[in-house]
Amino acid sequence: MQLDQLLQYVLSGLSTGAIYALIGIGFSIIYNATGIINFAQGEFVMLGGLLTLSCLNLLQLPPWAAVPCAVAAATVIGLLFERLAIRPLRKPTPISLVIITIGGSILIRGLAMLVWGKDTHSIPPFSGDEPIAVGGATILPQHLWILAITLVIVVINRFYFYHTISGKAMRACSYNRTAAGLVGIDVQRMVLFSFMISSAMGAIAGIIVAPLTMTAYDVGVMLGLKGFCAAIIGGMSSGLATVVGGLILGILESLGAGLISSGYKDAIAFIILLLILFIRPQGLFGKAESERV
Amino acid sequence: MNRELLKFLVFSLLVLLAPLLFQGGYLMNVLVFVGINTMLAIALNLLLGYAGQISLGHAGFFGLGAYLSGILTATYGWNPWIAMPLAAVTVGLLAFLIGFPILKLKGHYLAMATLGLGIIIFIVFNETIELTGGPSGLSGIPNLSLGDFKFDSDIRNYYLVWSFTLGTVLLSLNLAASRVGRALRAVHDSEVAARVMGVNARLLKVQIFALSAVISALAGSLYAHTMTFLAPSSFGFNFSVELLTMVVIGGLGSIYGSFLGAALLTLLPEFLRAAHDYDIVIYGGLLMAMIMFMPGGLVRGIPDLLRRFAKRGRAGHA
Repeated sequence: MQLDQLLQYVLSGLSTGAIYALIGIGFSIIYNATGIINFAQGEFVMLGGLLTLSCLNLLQLPPWAAVPCAVAAATVIGLLFERLAIRPLRKPTPISLVIITIGGSILIRGLAMLVWGKDTHSIPPFSGDEPIAVGGATILPQHLWILAITLVIVVINRFYFYHTISGKAMRACSYNRTAAGLVGIDVQRMVLFSFMISSAMGAIAGIIVAPLTMTAYDVGVMLGLKGFCAAIIGGMSSGLATVVGGLILGILESLGAGLISSGYKDAIAFIILLLILFIRPQGLFGKAESERV
Repeated sequence: MNRELLKFLVFSLLVLLAPLLFQGGYLMNVLVFVGINTMLAIALNLLLGYAGQISLGHAGFFGLGAYLSGILTATYGWNPWIAMPLAAVTVGLLAFLIGFPILKLKGHYLAMATLGLGIIIFIVFNETIELTGGPSGLSGIPNLSLGDFKFDSDIRNYYLVWSFTLGTVLLSLNLAASRVGRALRAVHDSEVAARVMGVNARLLKVQIFALSAVISALAGSLYAHTMTFLAPSSFGFNFSVELLTMVVIGGLGSIYGSFLGAALLTLLPEFLRAAHDYDIVIYGGLLMAMIMFMPGGLVRGIPDLLRRFAKRGRAGHA
């Protein structure tokens, strides 16, 4: 085992891990505001990549304009999803919410297939594809973009949730929805916000990863599930814990693919998911919560 | 006569006579799948509709049953009649063991864990190439036979599969009406209350999970021996979701509803051949629409709708 090779696995693991972290934070924002696991989260990742593609090719926008345009479009779809599918539910139970978000994810995937077809598409990298040497390993400029953007998003998130009124209101909802409502917080609006924020974050993750991995109508399923793994490892927190969860997952996956077998790469995430759920459902960093009846 | 028994006899008679309507032909083959999917939908419904525990990994159990049967008979030359029960029991035991940790989880977490389990099984089918043939599939699986009578035509397979399906229906109806069925519904409504009343909720959930897996594995074996060819793509996450759609469309907690859902979702794509690419849009839309507008499924929703129309009609006349 070469040390260089190991470093290479770790570096590429870090950048995929950052993607998982972004998706995972999207999961936990909605979960904390509503108690819903949004099974359609991965679909917004897919939408991010494909919408950018359309902005670039169809609307002929320059990249710096295409990205925000795609994120805005994905956010609107997230808004519509909450309005049309989640809010009208009269008696939401965990099972009906699981089913409706799965239904939503299939519908979005199906529509994406009709719009963009079944082919895989590629997006040009943000700043060339000249590898940069790091120690004995190399790293692509896109990897750096991914790490930097993830960092920025996490910082913005932190600022939003701790230093703005609406962020604090959303945190209040996550602690106790009834109490938040009693002090005058518009809980429904916070729920809507949570869907919008997380679809925007999902879309950003999809955009920054697309130049590396290509994108297609069905890439959302796996990415969404891996993001969920990251969120579970992080204990469904919308902050640093999920980032660490995503990075751990990314590195383990990349090491597993390199050292064991690339065919089982995707299985690694799910084995970790099952182990965490069985042994520490509160996540690696969470405190155990007593069961409420 | 008992009303439930009458219903079952009418249903069986319909199943028995159905081939007369579709004399041979391609549709016969589709009806074989309706039978297999009905078994699977009932299996999932026992878990989801009665016990209130979701599973997004049932395609995995279905696949395990199919591959165990297929490998034992095609590769090792076993008699299918021995391979089938062995596959069912093995999958049942596996589900029983895995049921203890997995059913400790609730709601979304259970959904994600079963989903993960299903995907792991799917990946194993793809990767253990020397056993399963990997993505290119496993062929040469023998048909079932009784003495010299070989189940090798659509009509023979129809009666073979449906005798198992009817058996599953009968078993599930009995189970639902029994003490166990009442205990299951109690667990569904409130696990804590059920436990207070002396139901061993934990064990009960695991048992029903295992039973559900056994039925799914049996359906898998039947699939293997009627198709005589297996490929991993039939057992992926999408099929788990399709099963879920069948159960929800038919009606949670209704055995005949499962049949209705399975029949509808198996026949629909055949009639919508032209709309082939649209089928996942239709599935997704159906799932959402059912949960929003007809949460009881077709078996409860249609009578409800008729009643509402009847009422409106009467009000109009008055």
